[in-house]
Amino acid sequence: MLGIVGYGAYIPRFRIKVEEIAKVWGADAPSLKKGLMLEEKSVPAPDQDTITMAVEASKNALRRARINPAEIGAVYVGSESHPYAVKPSGTVLAEALGATPVVHTADLEFACKAGTEGMYIALSLVKAGEIKYGLAVGADTSQGAPGDALEYSAAAGAAAYLFGKENVVAEILETYSYTTDTPDFWRREYQLYPEHGGRFTGEPAYIKHVIGAAKGIMHKAGMKPADFKYVIFHQPNGKFPFRAGECLGFEKKQIEPGWLVNKLGNTYSGSSPLGLTATLDISAPGDVILIVSYGSGAGSDGFIFKVTERINEVRDLAPKTRYLLEKNRQYLEYGVYAKFRQKIKKAT
Amino acid sequence: MPTPSRNWREIPQRYRLEAGKCVGCASISFPPRIVCPQCGSREFETVKLSDRGKILTYTIIRVPPHQFVDQAPYAVAIVELDDGVKLTGQVVDCNFEELSIGKRVAIEFRKIMQEGEAGILCYGYKFVPE
Amino acid sequence: MRDVAVIGIGMTKWGELWEKSLRTIFTETALLAIDDAGVDHIDSMVIGCMSSGLFTGQEHLASLLADYLGHGPVPAVRVESACSSGGAALRQGFIEVASGVSDVVLVGGVEKMTDVSGHEATYALGTAADQEYEGFHGITFPGLYALMAAAHMHKYGTTREQLALVAVKNHHNGSFNPLAQYPFEVSVNAVLNSVLVADPLRILDCSPITDGAAAVILCPVEMAKKMNKPLVKIIGSGQATDTIALSSRQDITWLESTYLAAKKAYAMADKKPQDINFFEVHDCFTIAEIMVMEALGIVEKGQGGKAVQQGLTALEGKYPVNPSGGLKAKGHPVGATGVAQAVEVVKQLRGDAGKRQLKGARLGMTQNMGGTGGSTVCHIFEGR
Repeated sequence: MLGIVGYGAYIPRFRIKVEEIAKVWGADAPSLKKGLMLEEKSVPAPDQDTITMAVEASKNALRRARINPAEIGAVYVGSESHPYAVKPSGTVLAEALGATPVVHTADLEFACKAGTEGMYIALSLVKAGEIKYGLAVGADTSQGAPGDALEYSAAAGAAAYLFGKENVVAEILETYSYTTDTPDFWRREYQLYPEHGGRFTGEPAYIKHVIGAAKGIMHKAGMKPADFKYVIFHQPNGKFPFRAGECLGFEKKQIEPGWLVNKLGNTYSGSSPLGLTATLDISAPGDVILIVSYGSGAGSDGFIFKVTERINEVRDLAPKTRYLLEKNRQYLEYGVYAKFRQKIKKAT
Repeated sequence: MPTPSRNWREIPQRYRLEAGKCVGCASISFPPRIVCPQCGSREFETVKLSDRGKILTYTIIRVPPHQFVDQAPYAVAIVELDDGVKLTGQVVDCNFEELSIGKRVAIEFRKIMQEGEAGILCYGYKFVPE
Repeated sequence: MRDVAVIGIGMTKWGELWEKSLRTIFTETALLAIDDAGVDHIDSMVIGCMSSGLFTGQEHLASLLADYLGHGPVPAVRVESACSSGGAALRQGFIEVASGVSDVVLVGGVEKMTDVSGHEATYALGTAADQEYEGFHGITFPGLYALMAAAHMHKYGTTREQLALVAVKNHHNGSFNPLAQYPFEVSVNAVLNSVLVADPLRILDCSPITDGAAAVILCPVEMAKKMNKPLVKIIGSGQATDTIALSSRQDITWLESTYLAAKKAYAMADKKPQDINFFEVHDCFTIAEIMVMEALGIVEKGQGGKAVQQGLTALEGKYPVNPSGGLKAKGHPVGATGVAQAVEVVKQLRGDAGKRQLKGARLGMTQNMGGTGGSTVCHIFEGR
């Protein structure tokens, strides 16, 4: 049996509300909240980044997997906010966990689906017999341009998955990727903030690829929406996952357990991976789960998992996703938020 | 000022909290040493420190050294870990008013400092409320 | 071992000496000591300086200063022990004379701290701590002493007011010292309302950034007797180290290196703490003076705060501490402090201390400390 042997989440404690951002830019907060189905988002502290969150999420995954980190054969970190432009995040993570030196590491980038890309590669290497355990992390501290629509949702978080063949918590049943060159959202080198195609990011981008991957994987597996207990779609805002679900024929109750975006924001490469950790946290043995990510540029990775008996043994070994989402929250004013996000810097 | 090699050399301690446990008297040295300060023995085994402890004393740095100017003010404490080892480090994710001698804390992996806009990023341990 | 005397002292006004370079400050001060001693040659120079390299980019300092002193190719060496560099230099000079290797030794201390920014100075001073396990985390010297203060207050009930009274006393004494950087009084309220540096320590709990130098001339007592000067002898010397990191200490509210260094000095001088008439100690921060008093054995462990409050260490008290104004009012050009403490003791023992003269002073003690107590040097001086 091949699948997830450990999973872990990490969410920073700071938050900022939509109203607080809207106040500064003179925007209509109630409309934004309604339109985006979003109330607040997470904000990383100045000493947190993709690497620090990846380490903490991975430690949580290791707490559940209870394996010797030296047996991890591959470490992949997917993000669009790697701290270095050149120098891997994965090597810091591998060192911090004690997976070095006999390990393959790579940093991945594909807008919001870099996390699921790593998941696909890690589990494929285990499947091929190349490695015993593979670790994939989706983590981001993405920036929203000041005053732009994306500023309300660009958030921070990380999810980590360890794949292996022993003591599987959720078996992998099927994988599927759907990719085209669709420039809906991008950032050029040396630019601080990304650009996006406005409404072009909807139908031809998110909807087309999420639907394409979902339909493709269900066809490949010979399954239909009713066969799944839960489904997780990438969550750029509160509305899109429900829209995708509606298009495909999923019910709200299948989507809700993994729907974190209204209180978390869009954690980019962490988005659907964190939706999955939240779903695993409340799942029962036998539950079949569909997860479809989306990364601008564009593409979607689909995975079908079936939860095993082992979920009951491991779920409480590390903090649950909604616990991290709720505990110890601290709300920031826009000025402190701007300082934390380095939109303003102290003159030295 | 940390150079790449100086920072890299301390990675087992900063990233994984690897310490030296004296084979002779079981006392733990962090960072690891060549000579045990308790018994003078020169034989050690590698152990990992506990990741939880309590605050022994703390302060809030308001006038920082130049590499920390954009971080000030920040809290620093001496924490006694559950295995008895004492560490100095920043306390984060905690309002200053909530700091107290005896408060329980846990270790988290955080960015400690960076060398300007172009230099290396230095990671290590900080303390958060348990 | 020969007996060692101090036959010359020199010190100029301390402060932010913008017009003067390190070499100028030192040379002027050293010449005062040489003239005071009335010697025409020097056998050896020992210079205490914490970091001319970080503050001014200058190493090879002893040679530079020997060169500028113009007294020939004098053997010279720099000694470094963070803030106890001056005291350590004094001890090396003492050892050279006592052992018979040298007759006339110039011991100097100097620091030029104002050529760098405040933040860079904070960093340079921070190099006295464990760089990889204290400094790396952003701790500063005020921060480390604040950690000690918080622990001392928690364990012994030492109060914020008691800390402030140390600064008040030292400024009162310093107001009688024309060479002090800040020769004026401060009130308890001023201290308690001054800006926070590292909680609970405020700016008026902290010794300042200062440029300055101090120098003494040492020689064997037999030579000093021939020179028609008030005889002041160094009768005790002791040094000890402790862990570099505060977190490694057995007890972070106790200065073990001071206790051990003092013990050795008392033993060499065959004296007890209660025999000493007055002390010049290392009040880099107000809490330090309180902890030093305990470690020197003037008061019981934990009782330092109360003792200051009761006036035990005032100029008119039973055990005056820091009649010069201490580091707080006199200033703290790091490497110079340990030597300046000796200068004050000698002035007092010669009867030359003007408005702050202590009556009947016969035995004076200096205590100079590095870092958070990673090193301490103590000396005991005897006048006629």
